[in-house]
Amino acid sequence: MLSVQENMIVTFTPALFDKFAEVVSRYPEGKQKSALLPILHLVQAEYGWLSVDAMDKVADYLALKPIEVYEVASFYTMYFLQPKGKFVLEVCRTGPCCLVGAERIMQHMEKRLGVPEGQVTADGLFSWRGVECLAACGFGPVLQIGPSYTFHENLTEERVDQLIDELKEKAKNQ
Amino acid sequence: MAEEGKFKVTIDGITVDVSPGTTILNAARQIGGDIVPPAMCYYSKLEGSGGKCRTCLVKVSKGSEKDPRPMPKLVASCRTTVMDGMEVQNITSPDVVEARKGVVEMLLINHPLDCPVCDQAGECKLQDLGYEHGADQTRYEFDRRTFERIDIGEQIQLHMNRCILCYRCVYVANQLTAGREHGVINRGDHSEISTFIENALENDFIGNVIDVCPVGALTDRTFRFKNRVWFTKPVDAHRDCPTCSGKVTLWYKGDEVLRVTARKDEFNEVEEFICNSCRFEKKKTADWLLEEPTLIEKDSVITANHYSVFTPPPVIKQNPKLQEANEEQLARTERLK
Amino acid sequence: MARKLLLTHIDVPGIDTLEVYRRQGGYRAVEKALKTMSPDDVVEEVKKSGLRGRGGAGFPTGMKWSFLAKPDGVPRYLVCNGDESEPGTFKDRFLMTKIPHALIEGMIVSSYALGANTAYIYIRGEMMPQIRIVERAIAEAKSAGFLGKNILGSGYDLEVYVQPGGGAYICGEETALLESLEGKRGNPRIKPPFPAVAGLYGCPTVVNNVESIAATVPIVNDGGEEYAKIGIERSTGTKLISASGNLVRPGVYEIELGLPVEEFIYSDEYCGGIANGKRLKAMVAGGSSVPILPNNLATKTAKGEARLMTYESLADGGFVTGTAMGSGGFIAFDEDQCIVRNTLNFTRFYHHESCGQCSPCREGTGWMEKVLHKIEYGHGDIADIDLLWDIQRKIDGNTICPLGDASAWPVASAIRHFRDEFEWHILNPRESQTRNFGLAHYADPLVPVV
Repeated sequence: MLSVQENMIVTFTPALFDKFAEVVSRYPEGKQKSALLPILHLVQAEYGWLSVDAMDKVADYLALKPIEVYEVASFYTMYFLQPKGKFVLEVCRTGPCCLVGAERIMQHMEKRLGVPEGQVTADGLFSWRGVECLAACGFGPVLQIGPSYTFHENLTEERVDQLIDELKEKAKNQ
Repeated sequence: MAEEGKFKVTIDGITVDVSPGTTILNAARQIGGDIVPPAMCYYSKLEGSGGKCRTCLVKVSKGSEKDPRPMPKLVASCRTTVMDGMEVQNITSPDVVEARKGVVEMLLINHPLDCPVCDQAGECKLQDLGYEHGADQTRYEFDRRTFERIDIGEQIQLHMNRCILCYRCVYVANQLTAGREHGVINRGDHSEISTFIENALENDFIGNVIDVCPVGALTDRTFRFKNRVWFTKPVDAHRDCPTCSGKVTLWYKGDEVLRVTARKDEFNEVEEFICNSCRFEKKKTADWLLEEPTLIEKDSVITANHYSVFTPPPVIKQNPKLQEANEEQLARTERLK
Repeated sequence: MARKLLLTHIDVPGIDTLEVYRRQGGYRAVEKALKTMSPDDVVEEVKKSGLRGRGGAGFPTGMKWSFLAKPDGVPRYLVCNGDESEPGTFKDRFLMTKIPHALIEGMIVSSYALGANTAYIYIRGEMMPQIRIVERAIAEAKSAGFLGKNILGSGYDLEVYVQPGGGAYICGEETALLESLEGKRGNPRIKPPFPAVAGLYGCPTVVNNVESIAATVPIVNDGGEEYAKIGIERSTGTKLISASGNLVRPGVYEIELGLPVEEFIYSDEYCGGIANGKRLKAMVAGGSSVPILPNNLATKTAKGEARLMTYESLADGGFVTGTAMGSGGFIAFDEDQCIVRNTLNFTRFYHHESCGQCSPCREGTGWMEKVLHKIEYGHGDIADIDLLWDIQRKIDGNTICPLGDASAWPVASAIRHFRDEFEWHILNPRESQTRNFGLAHYADPLVPVV
C-alpha cells in the first residue's frame, strides 16, 4: 500500500552533516550502511519524523537506494513515518506492566489527552501510544517521553497529569 | 563409501552421491520424484534465497557418518547442506508431513483464495502445495488481511493479498537489475512488497519478478484476464535478442501470442532470465523462431486442452449459433486434421 | 549475605563515573589481563568459570568464544547484545544505568581475549538515556587510556562504539542484531553459518549479553575457579534476576545461583513476598518466553524437591512440569491475575514483534492472538483450546529463529497448567468479563485490551 500522505522537504544543516560523518566513522570503510539507524534517529530528533524527502536525502548521503531506507525505517517501531505530536508519550503495555496497572494508565491518558492512540492532539503538542516492553518491568507502569526519551517509573494517574502539565508549560516557554 | 570427493546421502531410503556443499533439497532433486520437498521461497538461480517459507522442512535422522546424532529440530532442506552419510526423512516422516501441513495452513490463512479470477491459477505453486499437502478445510475464522492492489509500472501488477513473502522478487531486483526499487516494508504480518512511494519498476530485467513469483502476487498486466493458462498453448521459441538469451515460451491462443515467459524447468524455475522487451513487446509470431511445443508434465492442467482434436458434439453441427461460438476450436480442429 | 560480584558497589555515590569506579577497584581486570595474561589465558579462565550466557540461551560463554574462527588478515568483532526487550527482563538496563564501567571493562577484557580491535555495544533505541550513559563512560575510559591505541602500553588497540537499535524485540536474536548493526531490517539469518564463522560484515564475531560481558571482570580478577565455586553444578556464579509483577519489592537482585525460588520470592533479603498480602498464583522464571508455572510447581519440582534458581532445577521436569532460567526475568502473578488475559498480552507481544520473515511465526502468532482475544472477551468455544494448542505446536521448532518457539511456549504452558481457567472463561462468557477465575475475592472490571 502506498500510504505516504504527507511529505516535508528538509535541508540538513552542516551541523547535522557533521554528526552524520562522526557516525559513519565508527564503521569500516564501505560499511557506511551501518550508520543508517543512528542517522535516522538524528534526523528524527531534528524534524520530529521521517518524511520521504528526509529519507531520500539520507539514502543519498549513505549511497543507498531509497527503498533500502524505507525498508529499514518501516521495520523499526521508533521511526515515525507520519508527523507526530511535539511530545510523544509512550506507555509500556506488555504483561508485567499490565500486572501493576498499565492499562489503567493508558485509559487515563486517552481521556486526559482526548485523542485515541497514535493520533495528535489539536494543539499539535501530544501524541501517545502503547509500546511493547521497555525493560523496566519492576518499576512499572512506565512511560517514556520523546523526542528526548525521558523516562518515568511507577506511574500513577496523578503523575501522568503532572507530567502533561509540565510539558505544556515547557512548550509555552519555548 | 561414496564416490571419490562425493558425499553419500540417503533421502527416504534412496541413496545418492552428491558434491560437498549440495543442499538436501538439491540432493533430493537429483533423485527426483515424490521425495523432492516442495519449495516456495528457494530458487536455485537466486543467491541467498530460501529458508523462509518452511515448506521444505525435513527430518535429519542421522547427521553424518562421523556424527550420527539426529538433528534436534526439523531443518529447511533448501539451506542445509548434506554431510557424508547423512540420512534424511521427508515424506516418510510423520513429523515432516504434519509440520508441512501446518505450514501450508499458515500460508493459506491470509491468502484470498481468489483462484477463479487469478491469472496464476493453473500454474500456481500454492495451489499445488495446498492440494498435495494441505488440509481439506480451514480452521481460520477471522477476516483475512487485505491490501490495495497496485500497479508497479506499465506491465506489472502487484496483488499483495496473494503474496506469501518469499522474497524472490526482491532477490531478482537485487541480482538482475542495477538498482532495486521495491522491497519489503513494514514488519511481521503487516510486511508487504512495495515501492513505498509511487514508483514504476523500470529495468530491462524486472519482468522476471513475474516468473519467479510462486503465486499470483506479481502478474503480467499485458496478459491480465486475457485467458486461463490452461486454455493457452505453450511453444518454445527464440529470437536474436541483444539484451538476453532470447529463449522463451510463447503462450498461444489460436494464432495469437497472449503472453511470453521464460522457459521453466521441472521445478518451475526459469532456465534463463529474459528481458522485458522479449516478455512484453514481442507478441507476434513473426518476432520469433518457433522451436517445438513446450514439454509439459503430463498431470499439469496445461496439457488438458491441447494437442487433441476437438470433437464437436452433434448439437453443434446442427446449430449455427453454437458453430459461431465455437468457431475458433472448429478452425483448429480443421488445421490439426 | 550472599556474595555479589556485579552489583557490589552499586550504592556507592558516583559509581557511574570512572573516578569512583576506579576507586572501588575498577579496571583492575584490564590491567591484569593486558599486562599479565595472554588472550588465550583469558579464554581459559572464562571456560573454567563455567559462565553461561546470561541473555537467555545459557550457552557456555567460554565455549562460544573458543568457536571463534581466526583466519589470518580478517578482523574479528565482539558485539555486546544490549537489546534487552524480553518482557520481565530489565537487568541490563539497570546495570548500564548504574555501573556502566563494569560493562566497558568487560568489553575490553573480552575483546582482548577474542583478539577484536573493534567492538560494538548494541543498545535498544528506546534506551536513549542508557545510550548516553554508556557513551559517556566510553569517552571517560578512552581519555584515561583504557581504550584507543596501545592500551596501557600493551600494544593492544581497541575502539568500542555504541549502536542504537530502532525498536524491535527481534534484534535481541544475535543474527538479527548483526543485520540491524549492518543497517538492515532485523531479519534473523538462516544458520549455519554461525556468527563465530561469518558474523558482522561476514567476519568472525562473538555476540554476548551485557551481563555475560560484565561477568568476565570478576572472572579475570579472581580467576575462573573462584567464580565456579559459587553456585551448583553447571550453574556457576551469580546471576542478575529482574523481579517484577505482584511482589512487595520488585527490582534487580544479584543472586548466587542455587538460591531456592521460595527464598527468592518470600525472603526479606529479596522480593519480600507477594504484594498486598495475596497469594502466589503463578510465576514466570526467565522472561515471558519461558513456560509459566503454577504456584505448586513454582517453588517445588514435580518430585517434591525444592526448586532452585539454577539452569537445571528450573528446567527440572522439562516443559511438562518445569520451565527455564532464560534471561532471569522473574514475573510473579498474584491470585487475582487472569492467565488468559496475560497469555493474550504475551501473544500480542510476539505477534507485534515477529519480523515476518518465515511463515509459521508471521501467520501463527497473529492467529493465536485472535483466538485468545476471542476467548478473553467471551466469544470462545471449547474447541478453541485445542486449536490454540495445535497452532503453537505447528510454530514450535519450525521457524528460522527462536522467536517462534518463544511465542509458542507461553501459550502451551498456560494451556497445560491452567486449562480449567480457559474452560471457565469459555463456559462463563459473561462472568469472565466481570471477575477473574480462581480465588479472586473482588471483582475487577476488566479494561479493554489496547
